[in-house]
Order: sequence, then C-alpha cells, then structure tokens
Amino acid sequence: MSGIPVIKNGGALPLAHIPRLTPAEFAAMCKVRLTEGARLAACLAVPEGEGDTQLTLYAVLADDQGGDLLVIAQEPQREFISLTPRIPQFHLFEREIGEQYGVNFVGHPWFKPLRFHAPWQGDGDAWGRDAKVHPLIGDMDYFTVAGAEVHEVAVGPVHAGVIEPGHFRFQCYGEQVLHLEISLGYQHRGISRLLQGGPHPQTPMQIETMAGDTSIGHMSAYAMIMEGLGRTEISARAAALRAIALELERLACHVGDFGALAGDVGYLPTASFCGRLRGDYLNLTGLLCGSRFGRGLVRPGGVLFDLDAALAEKMRAALAPVARDTRGALELFFNTPSVLARLEGTGQVSARDAFYLGLVGVAGRACGFDGDVRRYHGGNVYEPDEVPVMIEEGGDVLARALVRQQEVEHSLEFLGRRLAALPAGALRVAPAPPAPDSLAVAMVEGWRGPVTHVAVTNQDGRFKRYQVVDPSFFNWSGLALALRDEQISDFPLTNKSFNLSYCGFDL
Amino acid sequence: MLKILRERWRQGYRTSEFPKVEPVLPERFRGLPVLRAEQCPADCRECESACPFGALRRVAGRVAVDLGRCLFCADCPACPHGALSFSADYRLAVRQRAELLYSGRELLLAAKLEKKMLSLFGRSLKLRQVSAGGCNGCEADVNVLGTLVFDLGRFGIQFVASPRHADGLLVTGPVTENMHSALLATYEAVPGPKIVIATGACAIGGGPFVGSPEVHDGLEGILPVDLFIPGCPPHPYTILDGLLRLLDKR
Repeated sequence: MSGIPVIKNGGALPLAHIPRLTPAEFAAMCKVRLTEGARLAACLAVPEGEGDTQLTLYAVLADDQGGDLLVIAQEPQREFISLTPRIPQFHLFEREIGEQYGVNFVGHPWFKPLRFHAPWQGDGDAWGRDAKVHPLIGDMDYFTVAGAEVHEVAVGPVHAGVIEPGHFRFQCYGEQVLHLEISLGYQHRGISRLLQGGPHPQTPMQIETMAGDTSIGHMSAYAMIMEGLGRTEISARAAALRAIALELERLACHVGDFGALAGDVGYLPTASFCGRLRGDYLNLTGLLCGSRFGRGLVRPGGVLFDLDAALAEKMRAALAPVARDTRGALELFFNTPSVLARLEGTGQVSARDAFYLGLVGVAGRACGFDGDVRRYHGGNVYEPDEVPVMIEEGGDVLARALVRQQEVEHSLEFLGRRLAALPAGALRVAPAPPAPDSLAVAMVEGWRGPVTHVAVTNQDGRFKRYQVVDPSFFNWSGLALALRDEQISDFPLTNKSFNLSYCGFDL
Repeated sequence: MLKILRERWRQGYRTSEFPKVEPVLPERFRGLPVLRAEQCPADCRECESACPFGALRRVAGRVAVDLGRCLFCADCPACPHGALSFSADYRLAVRQRAELLYSGRELLLAAKLEKKMLSLFGRSLKLRQVSAGGCNGCEADVNVLGTLVFDLGRFGIQFVASPRHADGLLVTGPVTENMHSALLATYEAVPGPKIVIATGACAIGGGPFVGSPEVHDGLEGILPVDLFIPGCPPHPYTILDGLLRLLDKR
C-alpha cells in the first residue's frame, strides 16, 4: 500500500492523486497507522455526484512526530462496515456521516444521531425516521442502567449559569455516577450545509462565529484552507500577527478557565482576579483589531490590521502588568493545598481511554499525549524548538490545570518575544482562486486543541464539502468517561477543566 | 493568608467607575456607524446587495443601516463610495425593533421601563440567560459583567440559575430549531410580568446565520422583546449601557 499521498499542514492535493482503497485496505491502513502513533484528524464522506447515493470516504491521518498528514480514500459505497469496534476514534465521525447522508454503519456499537437534523439528501434515514421532517432534538435511546437503587439524573438543555445548552444524563447508584451520556445538537445552526457551494460572502463571518471563543483558531484554519487551495503564500508578518492573536485567545480562555476552576472549588481570590484578567487579554485583542474576540483580523491571504511599532509597544506595555498579575493569581492557586486536594484525582481519564478516543489538546496532553500542532505542524510561524512539550500524566482535573499553566507561561513568553520583533512583510496578498477537484487540510492549535478544517472542491473550485472538526468533537467523550465512578457533585469542576464548546461541536 | 492579602494588594482595585466615567475603548473599536449621505451617488443601491447580511437599504432616498443585522465587519464591503464607516460610540441599545434602522440621525437609545415594571424591577432585576445557538461570544460578554470590573450586582442586576427565580430572559443566538421549544418552555417558566432582552445580532435577526434552514432568524415572531442590544458580539459596555437605561440608571 505505497503511494499514499502525504501533505503538510495547510497543503492541498488533487483528488485524482488520492488512491481509492477497498474497504478492507482502508480499514487495514487505518488500523496500522493509528496504532503506530498517527491520530485520526478528520473523516468525511463526499457524494460522487450531486445527490449521488454512493459516498466516497476520506480520512486524514495526522502523523504528528513526522509533521505529515496522510490522506486516504475508500472507493464509493452506499453502506459501510463500521470501523469503530476496531478503531474507536471513528465513533463520532461515523455517526456524523450516518446522520448527514442517511447511511448505516453496520456494527457500530453506539449508533445514534449526533446533532438531530434531517439527512442532507435523499429519503433514507439511518434510524428509519421520516427524512422529510425535522427530527425531534434528543429523541433517541439513551444508555440506561437497571437496578433497584439506580436512578437517573437528567440535566439541560437549559442549565444553571450563562452557558450554552446541552443535555446530560447521569446513571447513578447513590452518589456514584455509573455512566454519563452527553447528547448535544441544540446549538446546530446548519453551518456545514451553509458552507457547501462556498465560499460565499457570508462565509468568513460564519467561520468566525462557529465557535465564537475560538474565532482566531477557526478563521486561521479557514484562511489556510483558502491559501492552500490557491497556493498563496502569506507574509511572515501576517503569520506572526495571526500567531499573536491566537496566543492572546489562548491566554484569555485559559485564564478564564482558571477563574472558573477556582470558583468551583471555592477559592475566591484567583476566581475574582482571573475574571478580570481574562477581560484584559480580550481587550489586548481589541487593541489589535477592534474586536475583543478577534473578529475581522484574519482573512485569506493575511490579516486586515497591522501592528506598527507604536501600537506593538503599547500592547507590550499593557501586557507586562497583566502577565505579572496572571502569574500572581496562578501562584496562589497552585500553592494552596485545599485547592490542589480538590483537583487531584478528580475527573480522571486513563491514558488508554484517551488514546482510543483520540483526545486532543489540553485534555489529550493531560493524559500524556502530545501532538501540539504548533510544535509538529507549525510551519514557519513557530520555530521548531520554540514550542516545548507541554504534557502531564495524571489525566485528572489537576493535570488539565497544569497543562494550562504551562501553556499560559509559554504564550506570555511568546508574546513578549514576538511583539518586540515583528518580521516585515505585506499585510495581505490577494489569494488566488481555489483549485478545482482538490482536497485541502488545515490545522491550527486553538486554545482547546487542534482546530481541523478539510475542504473538498468541485470542478469549479467551490466547496463540495467543507468539514470542521473542533477539538471538542473528540473531547466531549473524554468528559463522559471522566465522570465514571465519580460523584455527580464533581461534574461542574470536571466539566470546567475540559471547558468544551457546544456550538463548535454542533456547528 | 498573608500571601493572599499581599496578592490582593498587588492586583489593586479594578472596578470601573462606569456609568459616572465613560469607558475607554480601543481606537479600532467599531461602534455606531457613521453615514455620509452626501457621498451617495444619486439612485445608488449598491450597498443593498453588497452587504451579505442585508443590513443596508435606501429608505426615502437616504441610506440606512439596520443595526439589528449589521455585524460591524472590519472589511465591511457595503459602500465603495465611502459613505459608511464606524464610530467608537458603543451605545446602541434600543427598545423597538424599528428604531434599529439607523439613517444617521440620532439613535433613540433605550427608554426606561414603564412605570409599573420599573417599580418592580428598578432596584432588583433577576435574569435567566438562554443561549439558543449563540457562539459563546455574546455569552462571554454577558458573563464578564459579573466580574469585578463591571460588578453587575451593584446595579441590582443578577443572573439566576432558574427561570422560576427570574424576572426575564436575556437571549443570545439565532434561535436554532433545536432550541426553539426549550426557549419557549423557559419563557413560560418565568413568572409574569417579565421582560425579554435580545442580545447580539443573532438574537435580533439571525446574525451571520440569517437564512439558515436550521435557525429562526432571531426572536422576531417568537417572543416579545423589550430591549434590543446590537453587535456581534456587543461590547460588554453596550450591554451594560442598555440594561442601565432600561432601569433608568443612565
């Protein structure tokens, strides 16, 4: 099975260069590669022609150590044998494809709707529902546990706090949680379908708001897709400005998460300091582009806002006291035994489960799995030695907090360095039109983990299919497993240690 | 303990003087649009098709921006003739949907609640937030009002966990089909009299997702709205300004 095309992050290749494997070859290839250290970055189905019921399956396998992306395809099928029993990383991708195209994955052990929308084409529905009617959200068989003392706790979609909606079902024996099932889809805005036939004039704004706390992450991935398809090189300056915004986004969110963790364990000094500091980081992004969330900064071909010497110095000067206060707030947090006692051993995910589910980002690194896109697929923005390995082994709330602490330290140091020495270059170059009949992959290490976009273009260079994989897509399953054998009262703390995106998952 | 006190002293007092002192917003902040009708060529209707979200139209010969649809885009493509730019004015909240159609005259900023409602909620307003497809941008800018910088509690406003304890809803998101019934159920659970606040372009008119078959293009026709807060997302001060005007505190 040689001749499997390999591309780099942000690269594109003609569809004709991707060999169509038989289902057996496809399965074997995935099994071998994913056992040997690659991870499943994306998997999507594309109809052969408009409305065609034959679907070609594409998978992108990320070889992080080698910095390579393997793209494989399976010859068109109408029904699929599920790979999930052998390779659990496929479990949500198969449910997603099943829901989108009304196809079945035979042998899938947990085949349920994901986002509760009608199939995109045809009259087939994977669960035998009326394909012409919008399905009822949450209407599916939940995993249940039977027994005299067993009870079920259902929470959501509207739950306490200013927070996105989702539905959580706990199967409990007394206080002990035997299983947590998380059912989402409430935030589904139909983004994947809106992107079909694109890029449209609305596309950049929809990308920036698909997960609005990761605007820079998602928009950078989209820009890379467009640049990959157009073979457009952006300047070192534009790349550096994107990286600055990405690290500010990370700092704002991580610092906010420390505030939330501190609040949940009742440690108010750090909770209140971090609430303020989070806003200070957002305001720094506001200085750069006018929007606290980085809306309108990144566009295909570069960025829209420059940082002249005066503004860069202003940001550096504003960053210094914020960095000091952040370190002070974290030092208190990590030096308080009663805080550590609540974090240690809570919400633990085993390294084995993390591997099988393909956990990524903060949650994956807290289980010892690296795979930081900045480090392994960073291209020219991050020098190879610039991003250290930031991992922990514990897999618990404490480990996820410690990974964040390492990242905060790295981002602060990175910003200090980059703001002092911005490379020269054009702010933006006009991107060339996207190549027809091609596939492009882009990954950006957003604050939760790798944000992965895959585009497949048609003969006119329009999106035949545009897949978005937010890191939350993988990590919600990690949260579910983290709750096993815990107390239900540990859910808020564990949930905050993951802090996953509902809308990034629901799209 | 001493370490905590020392750090507390270092971090300093951070609560803003708002509303007594106006906030300082970044130079590149995009607030209330500036319209220069004199730049508009006669009978030019380019802007109507150039804005992908349909935020611009010519009304009685004058160009007008629908602030409920406007996303305050950095690369606003609407006018090649230079008739549209953005000011740093963050005050955008109004009471009626129609008032969001802004043609350059003074924006009729939100008036206080009616007498009876004001006597009920003026000194204590409890809100339940519902995200109905929100991207976490509006949610984050609402959440931040609870931090010590804004200290929402000093105005008697608080977000509560249960709709049964609330005086109204603050809704974000374009109202996805999948949140439609949960939103209505939450509204039902709020005891009357109650208010509804539409926060952000999505809740007002669908925002970036207007026209998607999976969303309802905002609250229009779903719930009666008492306060519209434009923006994508609105700046926290835009939200706070709107809330304070509603309660006659500005």
